[in-house]
Amino acid sequence: MSALTVDRLTVGYGDGAPVVADLSLDLPDGAVLALLGANGAGKTTLLRALTGLVPARGGRVLLDGRDLTGLSTEDRVRRGLALVPEGRSVVVELTVEENLRLGALWRHRGPARARAVAAAYELFEPLARRRHAAGHTLSGGERQMLALARALIAEPAVLLLDEPSLGLAPLVVAQLLGVLRDTAERTGLTVLLAEQNVTGALSVADRGVVLSLGAVVADRPAAALAADPALRHAYLGF
Amino acid sequence: MDRLVFLLATGLARGAVLALFALSLVIVWRAARAVNFAQAAMAVCAVYIAFALTAASGSYWLGLAGGLAAGAALGAAVERGLMRRLPHLTPLPGMICAIGLVMVLQSGLAIAFGPEHRPMRPPFSQSPFVIGGVPVLSPYDLFVLVTAAAVMGALALLFAGTSLGLRLRAAAFAPETSRLLGVRVPRMVTIGWALSVAAAALAAILLVPTELGLNPHAADLLFVNAFAVAVIGGLDSPAGALAAGLGVGVLVSLTTGYVSASAAPLAVLALLTAVLLLRPGGLFAAREARRA
Repeated sequence: MSALTVDRLTVGYGDGAPVVADLSLDLPDGAVLALLGANGAGKTTLLRALTGLVPARGGRVLLDGRDLTGLSTEDRVRRGLALVPEGRSVVVELTVEENLRLGALWRHRGPARARAVAAAYELFEPLARRRHAAGHTLSGGERQMLALARALIAEPAVLLLDEPSLGLAPLVVAQLLGVLRDTAERTGLTVLLAEQNVTGALSVADRGVVLSLGAVVADRPAAALAADPALRHAYLGF
Repeated sequence: MDRLVFLLATGLARGAVLALFALSLVIVWRAARAVNFAQAAMAVCAVYIAFALTAASGSYWLGLAGGLAAGAALGAAVERGLMRRLPHLTPLPGMICAIGLVMVLQSGLAIAFGPEHRPMRPPFSQSPFVIGGVPVLSPYDLFVLVTAAAVMGALALLFAGTSLGLRLRAAAFAPETSRLLGVRVPRMVTIGWALSVAAAALAAILLVPTELGLNPHAADLLFVNAFAVAVIGGLDSPAGALAAGLGVGVLVSLTTGYVSASAAPLAVLALLTAVLLLRPGGLFAAREARRA
């Protein structure tokens, strides 16, 4: 069973050439897929199109077999799609607790909401100590942790992450990716992880997809991809 | 001294109305990043409905409730029918449309009801209580103070303590992130407009009985002063609207009492200029948030 199916998706801005062209992708239930590619390969645009933040020019997106085409971002989220966008996206004017509650609002009601927030603090202990701190006082690592916790609190079927490691210390990255891997194994969460940090992403992913100029140029098991220096050199720049 | 007490007390009552109207501007600013220049005209439409309902039923309270409902409905209708359809790349189209709306609404009211001032009777007496030989505050002023304070308290509670308030704040601060968390942002904008115009309608309903009477321009000066109040307090700050509203209310009252009524707008203007020179973001502007 596919959790997320991308079927010949084409996305572009204005009258320009498509940024994502005729792209098809399949995420089996419970898979962790690394989406790799250099700057400008179309990773962010793809993720934004999947959530409906950018309209697609053509093609379809299916979540658990149901077509999301034409649905607003809010409705796609309520069907079980979550995106942690690049740049952490913590609402800096709200406190940690308010950010978490905001993530839980549509999914949990009444006492279940408080339980979900408490469970998030257990999973991300450093957040519990900062629960009444305003978002703008958090460090980069804390913000990324909060953004991830806030996405997970809504118990999505498919989690999309856009460069969670950007600008973070290696230790913090390892910790975040560890939580991600554990959560995926424990809950069967399906993850699409867009990263420039190839080594880190492939260490937690089952499979890796390399994107170049908006098209898939490689789709292999993570271990095979990590061991292919020619491919790394050609598309990932090292 | 007797005079000072009276001027302070009435200043606070006027200031409460100013604060409420300024708060309504802050609410719509936070919800839609728009300064609604049509706020006074829309509020006055709601007052006409309150006036008509009171005249038909004989009940001030029915008119008050109807006026608030009309304000909320008008706010939602203007957002859904007009503001939402404008390009949002710059604030200019919204401002121009709001100014156009002022002309349409005020001319419409003048055509329908005539330009004359219709006296609006307050539900309580306007002659002040006298305590120890000192006139302090009229029962109506007390009613205005209590009502404005209660409504502002309720709004504060709504925004700070409820799920709807959390959604409204998040949608205002970070619309895209809010959508990614399942918040129906367009609905929040509509609710923001409805709350805002209802609050403005209440401020106008409270104000008109203390002025010459109801006419299409009855809230124009209120808007000008409340806009100054909102800017002095910081357009993003509800607490700023409250503090600046009470401060400007007292300032206007003292200037009117000790200097002259025509000096009052000058005093407000001087204060506004001083604040814009010294703290351009307003007295209660939050420190610029650290981003990313």
